[in-house]
Amino acid sequence: MSTATASVSPGSARAARFVIYGLLLLFAFIYLLPFFVMLVTSLKPLAEIRSGNMLALPQSPSLDAWAKAWGTACIGVDCSGIKGYFWNSIRMVVPAVAISTILGALNGYVLTKWRFPGHKLVFGMMLFACFIPFQAVLIPMARVLGIIGLANTTSGLILVHVVYGLGFTTLFFRNYYEAFPDELIKAAQIDGAGFFRIFWRILLPSSGPIIVVTVIYQFTNIWNDFLFGVSFASGGGAPMTVALNNLVSSSTGVKEYNVDMAAAMFAALPTLIVYVVAGRYFVRGLMAGAVKG
Amino acid sequence: MSFLEIRDLYKTIGGVNILKGIDIELDKGGFLVLVGPSGCGKSTLLNTVAGLTDVTRGEVVIDGEVVNDLHPSKRDIAMVFQSYALYPNMTVEGNIAFALEMRGVPKADRDEAVKAAAKTLQIEHLLKRRPSQLSGGQRQRVAMGRALVRKPRVFLFDEPLSNLDAKLRVEMRAEIKRLHRDTGATIVYVTHDQIEAMTMATKIAVMKEGVVQQVGTPDEIYRMPSNLFVADFMGSPAMNLLEGRIAGGDGTARIQLTRNGDTPVELAVPPTVRETALRDGQPVILGIRPEAITDTGLTDPRAKAVSIVHAPVDLVEPTGSDTFVVTQLAGKEVTARVRSDVAAKAGETFEFAFNLDRAVVFDPATTERLR
Repeated sequence: MSTATASVSPGSARAARFVIYGLLLLFAFIYLLPFFVMLVTSLKPLAEIRSGNMLALPQSPSLDAWAKAWGTACIGVDCSGIKGYFWNSIRMVVPAVAISTILGALNGYVLTKWRFPGHKLVFGMMLFACFIPFQAVLIPMARVLGIIGLANTTSGLILVHVVYGLGFTTLFFRNYYEAFPDELIKAAQIDGAGFFRIFWRILLPSSGPIIVVTVIYQFTNIWNDFLFGVSFASGGGAPMTVALNNLVSSSTGVKEYNVDMAAAMFAALPTLIVYVVAGRYFVRGLMAGAVKG
Repeated sequence: MSFLEIRDLYKTIGGVNILKGIDIELDKGGFLVLVGPSGCGKSTLLNTVAGLTDVTRGEVVIDGEVVNDLHPSKRDIAMVFQSYALYPNMTVEGNIAFALEMRGVPKADRDEAVKAAAKTLQIEHLLKRRPSQLSGGQRQRVAMGRALVRKPRVFLFDEPLSNLDAKLRVEMRAEIKRLHRDTGATIVYVTHDQIEAMTMATKIAVMKEGVVQQVGTPDEIYRMPSNLFVADFMGSPAMNLLEGRIAGGDGTARIQLTRNGDTPVELAVPPTVRETALRDGQPVILGIRPEAITDTGLTDPRAKAVSIVHAPVDLVEPTGSDTFVVTQLAGKEVTARVRSDVAAKAGETFEFAFNLDRAVVFDPATTERLR
């Protein structure tokens, strides 16, 4: 037996592993518990919820609460469920993610491969945008949206999210393209490809991992955003998060916990799906950006 | 009428002069190698020819046309990069055809051209693969195929062999040379490896610190280096550079190499320098290649100026085909190349024959060759 392995006996190694896995399982359990409560509560009728045990499995699971949350729950005076707001969110998040990702990729491309005097300053200022707190921009943003006539519209909200997300998407793509060999761009130039052709044919097809990272990041952020949604879109144009808040915090009538939980599940579902589908690329992409070569 | 001309070219980057007045001409079908130590500006010069770098002053002329303001793609040139720069997302076929596709060549013609280029380079079986699935040598071939398929007016190579292992490098060197012979292409080739320069070029430009030191055929550069830098840079093992002074004049001039406390060694004046260029007592540096210092049995019988020198052997390095014998002369190491079957032992005195027909003389003050 070599000296390197002699210091750790097989027995204590196994014990250490038990501790590690035990702790991991414990934390996973703690982390998943609220989700479990949400899920079982949404499947129970109101009477069963009132009878007490929050952790008990539903005696006769039903999707009634889900159907009500989706189609007939009252948000304010309007009793058509959250489905309209769900689509509001989709209509906001898809263009906002697409536009901010494409612009971020273009920015990254220009900032690494078509450098101009002062490119560092421009990048520095874009980075600075990442660190401005949401609250600080609310009033100027509302003013600008009012001036350009986009106040209280989904388009306005998209614009806000694109502008706010640009700093992050540019950062992601710039760092990714920084490691992309310049000689490839030179070769493409000699081959006769122009600015957009190089971007479209050479750079973008090689950007899979970073696109996934950016899309997940932007999708999660924009979908989960509450502050911009509540500030710049109200009433029928509000996104899902705002509607959920209005549903849960409305004080009239009986508190329908199962409907609230079902609505919250609807709100969490898209980001969950995005993670499940593309999550493994997320980690891979983060690594690719971090390690050069 | 030369095909490629670089006229009085200057390039300044951030206040630093990278190129300082480069003048080079190359005939059609010529193989020009730009060689020099790293940082001498050779890659920058190649990039200015390619159009990837703007010039500060001067002109690049291809086939009688000033191309300074032409975009790289309009200059009708192709470039092979050190890293090969293959597009990672495309197949070999797509890589080779890309330039044609950008020029709007129809698919059928493209396929035919790709096939022809692949056949020349023997990479037909690799066409459907991606660059990541190829070995270094195969990538190198694809990079050449990408250049070849366009049939450009000038090929530019930027240290294309420096990422290959030694054996493959020798193979590809021969391949590029064969390609040049078969296609009659005009090539500009950058390298820091003087052996690559010697073996492939029809014309060599030796550069140092943004200035061309000498332009000439490999033979001229090797035999008649125009200054000490070229003499020292080209050739392996390096040229022996011995300090001495001229003794006598009027047809009896000799070169004296001082030996510490010993009688000075006297050598004939090489015929490469006119005696009128020399003064009595003038300090000089004698440059003589190792193969021009031999054992007496190997002396070139046609040599006119031969001097015999007895000196103690310092070190013996057999290489198999030849043996390099190192001795001390004028306070410097001198390497001689002798037959491998000559018995030379360290510590013993050996009889060296200096073939001064093949020697050159430099002025130590200006470092230029005296002629």
